[in-house]
Amino acid sequence: MKENLEVILAFIIVLGALISLISAIGVIRLPDVYTRNHAASKGATLGILLILSCAFLFFWVEDGYMNARLLLGIIFVFLTAPVAGHLISRAAYYSGVPLWEKSGQDALKTKNKQGKQKQR
Amino acid sequence: MIDVLLNVALVLLSVSTLGFVYRVIKGPTTPDRVIALDAIGINLIGITAITCIVLRTQAFLEVILLLGILAFIGTVAFSKFIEKGVIIEDERKS
Repeated sequence: MKENLEVILAFIIVLGALISLISAIGVIRLPDVYTRNHAASKGATLGILLILSCAFLFFWVEDGYMNARLLLGIIFVFLTAPVAGHLISRAAYYSGVPLWEKSGQDALKTKNKQGKQKQR
Repeated sequence: MIDVLLNVALVLLSVSTLGFVYRVIKGPTTPDRVIALDAIGINLIGITAITCIVLRTQAFLEVILLLGILAFIGTVAFSKFIEKGVIIEDERKS
């Protein structure tokens, strides 16, 4: 029973590593900063959350008690990774990194000047 | 069985980290490099967790917290620097 559960958890860990590999392929192949940020912040975070959750359940099964440090790490990564992705994307837009030339629309284009004036 | 699967996961994570390193070296703009560095930090967290399971020890779990905090603060500092040119704003000088 315990062995089977651990093998299932190891399979989910391999799944998380695969998701992280897919996110790396996205970061290599996508055309501009914003799409690469989309791949990196979503994909890598999902993969690592799967791995950390499985490590948490693994130690719970193995030792018989919950591990508060790992739970804190899961919550911290889950809270901070989207914030970091949003901040770096915002910094890229306001520092003038151009969009891909085939991008459909730039929803911040008209608001850009007002935002700059409000900042100063 | 479990150890084989965990080693496979470690190899996959290493290959994905190599992909992010390629983006750090090549990346045309600075935000590209910062995004890839943030993803490398998150990958390191996963590698540490899998290493903990492989060695059947709980000794490295503090490293996960520390790496998470350092990756987040590094990304925030880089984005403030790219956006405004300073990391900590001084109100009296402006």
